[in-house]
Amino acid sequence: MSQDLEILLLQASRSISESADMASLDAVRVAYLGKKGELTTQLKNLGRLPAEERPATGQAINQVKVEIQALLESRKSVLSDEAIASRLQTETVDVSLPGRRSASGGLHPVTLTMNRIDKMFGKLGFDVAEGPEVEDDFHNFEALNIPEQHPARAMHDTFYFDDGMLLRTHTSPVQIRVMEHQEPPLRVIAPGRVYRCDSDLTHTPMFHQVEGLLVDEDVSFSVLKGTLEEFLKMFFEQDDLKTRFRPSYFPFTEPSMEVDISCVMCSGEGCRVCSHTGWLEVLGCGMVHPELFRHTGVDGEKYTGYAFGMGVERLAMLRYGVNDLRLFFDNDLRFLQQFC
Amino acid sequence: MEISENWLREWANPPNDSEALVSQLTMAGLEVEGVRSAAPKLVDVVVAEVIAVDKHPNADKLNLCEVSDGSNRYPVVCGAANVRAGLKVSFARVGAELPGMKIRKAKLRGIESQGMICSASELQLAESSEGILELPEAAPVGLSIVEYLALDDNIIDVDLTPNRGDCLSIAGVAREVSAINKIPLTAADLSVVEQGIDDSFTIELEAPHHCPRYVGRIIKGIDPQAMTPIWMREKLRRCGLRPISPVVDVTNYVMMELGQPMHGFDFDKLNGGIKVRLAEKGEKLALLDQSEVECREDSLLIADHKGGVALAGIMGGLGSSVQADTRNIFLEAAHFSAIELAGKARGFGMHTDASHRFERGVDAELPPKAMERATELLISIAGGKAGPVIDAVADGHMPDTPCVSLRYQRVKRLLGIDVEATEVSAILQRLNMQVVEQDDGWRVTPPSYRFDINIEADLIEEIGRLIGYNNIPGSRESSHIKMESFTEQRVSVNRIRDILVERDYFEAVTYSFVSPEMQAILDPEQSTLSLANPISSDMSVMRTRLLPGLIQALQHNLNRQQSRVRLFETGLCFIPCEDLEQTPHIAGVATGSRGEGGLYAAAESIDFFDIKGDLEAITRLTNQSEIAFTRSENPILHPGQGADLLFRGESIGFVGCLHPSVLKKLDINQSVFVFEIELSPILESKLPKFSELSRFPSIRRDISVTVDKNLPVRDLIDSIFSLKNEILQEVFVFDVYTGKEVRNNRKSVALGLILQDCSRTLVDENVENLVEKVLVQLKEHCNAVLRES
Repeated sequence: MSQDLEILLLQASRSISESADMASLDAVRVAYLGKKGELTTQLKNLGRLPAEERPATGQAINQVKVEIQALLESRKSVLSDEAIASRLQTETVDVSLPGRRSASGGLHPVTLTMNRIDKMFGKLGFDVAEGPEVEDDFHNFEALNIPEQHPARAMHDTFYFDDGMLLRTHTSPVQIRVMEHQEPPLRVIAPGRVYRCDSDLTHTPMFHQVEGLLVDEDVSFSVLKGTLEEFLKMFFEQDDLKTRFRPSYFPFTEPSMEVDISCVMCSGEGCRVCSHTGWLEVLGCGMVHPELFRHTGVDGEKYTGYAFGMGVERLAMLRYGVNDLRLFFDNDLRFLQQFC
Repeated sequence: MEISENWLREWANPPNDSEALVSQLTMAGLEVEGVRSAAPKLVDVVVAEVIAVDKHPNADKLNLCEVSDGSNRYPVVCGAANVRAGLKVSFARVGAELPGMKIRKAKLRGIESQGMICSASELQLAESSEGILELPEAAPVGLSIVEYLALDDNIIDVDLTPNRGDCLSIAGVAREVSAINKIPLTAADLSVVEQGIDDSFTIELEAPHHCPRYVGRIIKGIDPQAMTPIWMREKLRRCGLRPISPVVDVTNYVMMELGQPMHGFDFDKLNGGIKVRLAEKGEKLALLDQSEVECREDSLLIADHKGGVALAGIMGGLGSSVQADTRNIFLEAAHFSAIELAGKARGFGMHTDASHRFERGVDAELPPKAMERATELLISIAGGKAGPVIDAVADGHMPDTPCVSLRYQRVKRLLGIDVEATEVSAILQRLNMQVVEQDDGWRVTPPSYRFDINIEADLIEEIGRLIGYNNIPGSRESSHIKMESFTEQRVSVNRIRDILVERDYFEAVTYSFVSPEMQAILDPEQSTLSLANPISSDMSVMRTRLLPGLIQALQHNLNRQQSRVRLFETGLCFIPCEDLEQTPHIAGVATGSRGEGGLYAAAESIDFFDIKGDLEAITRLTNQSEIAFTRSENPILHPGQGADLLFRGESIGFVGCLHPSVLKKLDINQSVFVFEIELSPILESKLPKFSELSRFPSIRRDISVTVDKNLPVRDLIDSIFSLKNEILQEVFVFDVYTGKEVRNNRKSVALGLILQDCSRTLVDENVENLVEKVLVQLKEHCNAVLRES
């Protein structure tokens, strides 16, 4: 190889290794191997050499060309790796930062609780029934076997309107409306707002109840008990939840019971929530009073039925540990955000 | 009702402790609300005798007494006026413990005192007392006071349901205890008291339907100085009654013991005889509690021949009441109809122990027994001689004792368990029911005090109650479950709620009654339904919209450092009209920034299209072709940023920005966006219907036109679709521009058209053709001009 070619190769090699990026590397390629590059020009000029020198010179030039090409390729690969490494470097993020999210809200705990109850009874084939909140005396009281001046009316402090209509004091009128309009067998659940003229630490003038009604040919207290025991265990997700059925009185059921559960706050040990009794009253129930069947035209010889009613806020308070009933109606976001 | 456990156990004493007894009561339906000790802890307080009383040498008002506890004598300084030699007293020796004090040797004005003679209030046997507690002469000196007064007792607070008026006495609760435990009942001595005088009085029942029985008796010559004995005062106290005088205490005692409310008149103040009659309208009567009532025509009075002397079954009159010097008494034990008396006391704003019992029903057979009991007690305390019992009964008006049939198979049907027939009749007999066997069961006559047993189910309840509901196993129902209907053409409210929750709304639950002011601000043109007895004026009208409550909740949060609030609610709204409409609505309120802002995006304020988008997210579920938006004239909305939602052409709600003047009234300083619509229409949806997928490619063509600035873009789209061209699949807006390049009150609208045919590939000619038609249509209908670019 001629000395010139050797110098050329050395120069090219230095230029290649000094190329810091693809663009300058390509400029080196063009300078040596491009159409007007040094080597290309030398090859073109071969014809000017004496014929006997041409093969050797041609071969030498080609050899240099191959070497430069190899140097270019190897430098290219280095630069490419460096480029990726540098890109990765610049693209590195702080993975501890929070993800990009779209804000979302939440359902009210009363709705959460009612939906839960609806779903559980839905599995047993109960349909949801609804009724008006501004009710007449007949559906709220009389048809439920609570005649005027009945002592039981004193238990309900009722909101009235001037025309004698009233705000329903319980969801039980829905029982009447369902029995008036549908034929047994009946199984309905009626969640909704109810109103009582009462406002203090533990009472709000509006709250929610869920009423249940089952009328069929073979409905007994034992069935009612089995159903409610199972429901309460499932609702509180406590297999060892204890229940007790106490005789009580509602004009629209006979027999009537109140149901207590072992306190879910202290497991029955006794605490402030259960007034140190170990028991919490959670619902009222009983067998549909024959008078209701009479009012609604259901054959009380053929059919028996059970009914139950429970306060939604009370269940929600026990389930979620809420300690102030009035929070449910303040709609404070700091409260609502705890249920989403 | 509070009762003394010891007194109860005098009547029925089961072999179980207090805790078990209380639990039994609760599980039998006599719910025990609480149990507390009848007396505080007393240590070393004994019965003692005052041997001698001398004046304290250094103090006028103090005495120096010598007190004996039987073993020793102690010098005791005592300031009570009623201390005297020979008196039996309760004496706290040195070292004794009383509530809040420990007795030590002390020097009072230079004289040593070893112990204290106690007052009733110091022993917590009375709220207040004058002087020291005087014990009967027979009290055995040296005996601990706890033992002597049987203070080791509990006060049981029983919360009775209104159907169990028969349990409003020691006797009533004892009957239950006896039935539950199968133990005998020890009743009070009700034997006839020997008649000492012949004085009688006429009793006329002029309102026999209200008062079918009135038992009276004259007792003459009682000692006005007599004191109610400590044992009776203690029993009354433990039942929540304040001792007053022997006559009042005895009537209260009998009421507590047997359940018969009674009344004692000063006989000398009664004129002529007793008439039980309805009042004349406006007739006035001064009552024992110093109040005066104005009677109504349906008020029942106990009257003499001059006028009213008592408000029957509620309270005695002042004029005929027993005074400190009364010697001659007329005792009353009457039966009043529960139905007729119900609500009467409440009508006068009153509630008394008597009315509480009569409203729930008192045994009509009880008055003569109670009379004997009261006579015997009164004479033993205050002396006097009793006249004959005058028992006026209005035949045909006494309550019927029902005879109730009980079928054996119904017991199982209702309770769900097999109960032996012998067990059924045994239970009923334990409850003092007369049981006669008949073909398919029994004929049962309840005792006269059980007003709550009228039908078969009532008897079955008694059986379940005495077996104990806890002893009846729960079971799975056997009846089959029907498949519930499951329509697909209905949107569930839960789905709608979930959509709003995903879109950053929290669900609120607000009161259905709101303040009239809020209501007027947020639904100014709508009349409202007002409560007759609201809890407060700001909860006095029924909402016609959900917005008043939601805005209130929004304010609550703005006032608590939340600048970004989004809330929604579903619920009934109440529109007065001929027949009140109770319509379910859904509404939302939003204010503040679009996102939470911060790291990734600036917190931009929301605008009209945010809330419209939220509303559209809901209405998207329903049949789209039925839905349209149109500019709203709702006065609560910003006139330029409000739309009505139309469903089949009818407005069912609105969406927009609250009018600045409304915000000013609400004292809110930031834009608030709202929507409120009726829920029912949008719960309808269409069953999805398949249409063929095209195998040929679609083509997009964009056109840009200028139109009048006020023309709704919706009109352009509707106009294009009105061509009903079948290759036109979709039209959408992708730019609206007003500015320098578009003048003369016009705006530029850029529309994208998606074209596709399901049977061939479209060629340029088809496309150009359609675009031409579209432009002509827009020119004609919307005065749209193709914008040259």
